[in-house]
Amino acid sequence: MIIRARQLQKIFRVGVERIHALRGVDLEIEANEFVAIMGSSGSGKSTLMNLLGCLDTPTAGRYLLANREVRRMSARELAQARNEQIGFVFQSFELLPRASALKNVELPLVYAKGGWRGRRRKAREALERVGLGGRVSHRPNQLSGGEKQRVAIARALLNGPAILLADEPTGNLDSATTHEIMTLFRQLHDEGQTIIIVTHENDVAGVCQRIIRLTDGRVESDLPRDEDPVYRAHIRQQLELAQLREATNSHGTDDEPASIEPVPEGEQC
Amino acid sequence: MLNPIFYYQAVLLALSQIWANKTRSILTTLAIIIGVAAVTAVIAGLTGMQTKILTDFQTFGANKMFIFPDRPDDAPRNQYPWPVIRLKVEELEALNEPEHCPSVRRLTPITEVGAVIQYGDEMREGVQVMGIWPTWHDIERRQVLMGRPFTPGDEENAHQVCLVNEAAIAELDLPIDPTGSTILVDGRRFLIVGVVETLQATIFGMGETAAELFIPFSTSVKLQSPYFFFFITCQVNSPEVAEEAKAEASFVLRNLRQLEPDDPDTFEIAVIDQFIEQFKNIATVITAIASGIVGIALLVGGIGIMNIMLVSVSERTREIGLRKAVGATPGAILMQFLLEAITLCLLGGFLGVAAGEGLAFAARHLLADYELDQAAVPMWAIIMAFGFSAAVGVIFGMFPAIKASRLDPIEALRHE
Repeated sequence: MIIRARQLQKIFRVGVERIHALRGVDLEIEANEFVAIMGSSGSGKSTLMNLLGCLDTPTAGRYLLANREVRRMSARELAQARNEQIGFVFQSFELLPRASALKNVELPLVYAKGGWRGRRRKAREALERVGLGGRVSHRPNQLSGGEKQRVAIARALLNGPAILLADEPTGNLDSATTHEIMTLFRQLHDEGQTIIIVTHENDVAGVCQRIIRLTDGRVESDLPRDEDPVYRAHIRQQLELAQLREATNSHGTDDEPASIEPVPEGEQC
Repeated sequence: MLNPIFYYQAVLLALSQIWANKTRSILTTLAIIIGVAAVTAVIAGLTGMQTKILTDFQTFGANKMFIFPDRPDDAPRNQYPWPVIRLKVEELEALNEPEHCPSVRRLTPITEVGAVIQYGDEMREGVQVMGIWPTWHDIERRQVLMGRPFTPGDEENAHQVCLVNEAAIAELDLPIDPTGSTILVDGRRFLIVGVVETLQATIFGMGETAAELFIPFSTSVKLQSPYFFFFITCQVNSPEVAEEAKAEASFVLRNLRQLEPDDPDTFEIAVIDQFIEQFKNIATVITAIASGIVGIALLVGGIGIMNIMLVSVSERTREIGLRKAVGATPGAILMQFLLEAITLCLLGGFLGVAAGEGLAFAARHLLADYELDQAAVPMWAIIMAFGFSAAVGVIFGMFPAIKASRLDPIEALRHE
């Protein structure tokens, strides 16, 4: 069990007001799971992600990350946990603009214990793992959006984290690149990586095995993908749309924007 | 706590930040550059002067002591009339006794009068004529170039002989080898027995190289009024015993003058050390004033550094958030920004020292006439300049660095 959360609560104070961002979330995630956390804005999914990523500590409840209680960690221990256990992937990539891809990937090692030796090799291997072996010395402004996100993923993978935590990783990418990045996530999952993706896109969630939906600070549903009613409805809609398009296509017009394949080939759930 | 790669990366990062913002960095460090350059140049000038003065004194003789008549400060003139305070020949002879002044190796009285000198048709008024003992040659280290020095016989018999310097040969149009010629000093005939070299060492322009004439002290006594003025130049055994020599001479003179223990001295004894000491005091004061000015410059520079670091922190908020997300502790972020401030300040210090060296170089070549031809920046000043620059970096970089280290990573990553 990598993540075990019991009755996680997070309360923010804004002036005299108290905002309950999380009202008691129970969550268990096993190694090598591929989970999507979904919810509308204000549902608490970002807060949950910050807690899971050790960027913040819960107001109440227990959170065990790899059997360690996070709530009692000091700022330095949290930093160390982020360094060793968590790999973050952000919507806007967050690469250092003046550093090469290699230097960007090396960054977590700067703050790691030891790790001076072999950092080049490690960073190069991580870049090869995400398919960027040939772009080692490119700067972020010389890379496409998808390549930037690959660099960010390589950076997240560098210290062999327990969890890869991606916050809207395809939010700034076009549909073709989204497909590319999600394929990469699947491939990493196949290699044994535990991945949690926070997203509001059903197509992105569709690549995962399990979908957790949050509403108003509580878990609304936590089901395998194919049992998730919203996802099923989404698929149905996609299929209907596809049929509709086929029908219109026979009449010779095609101005419907191409959408991504809803369910990519071979499902392993 | 932090591994070496961190410091390496932090310094590299700091340099790349400075390089990326070249103009801004230079403008920011300008106050530090100017401050450091100013103090380095002032110290270089003072050091040059000190070196020069010490060399001068060395040539002049660091083991010299002078005895002058002196009326005590604030004393009424009638209480200490000239005949009482003037040095007397008996006093001179008492001082010359080795058992009285064991620390004094040798001494010579010196009288100075302006006289009219005539050689053939050439006549000069106001030529300096000095009455000296034969020991003068050794004390002043001025041997004869031609002819012979004075001998004890000249002194005892008050011979009408004289020595001239090279300047006098030129001015009075004497023969190239003037020994054996005679000249008229205030109408009296003197035989030139030797030529002494012209004094090279000058202290602040004193001892101007002009025509000089030397006659035996006993001869000069006969030429002057009974209450004539002379002073005594002594050579002490070594510079270390200067104070002892002073005490011995003082004891002899106070005894002879029958001064009571609480009476003030009616003479003055000066040793070269005192002059050096005085100069050092002046140098210390100038250094202190320059340091004060530099302190202000560094304060202004420090505020500039703080300002630019605050700008840097707010510009790079997202980067700070990212670094925290990948595992940077607050301490690591603090250290990174502190190192950046220190690097910036050290860069300013380096440019300042370079500018100061440039000024010292210019002073050496352009202001050589003003005793600055030996201006040089001493090592300690360079080390101090870097030390102070680094200190400014630490002090004024601390607040922005703390601000950066306390940023909440979530907020920082959301920053626009």
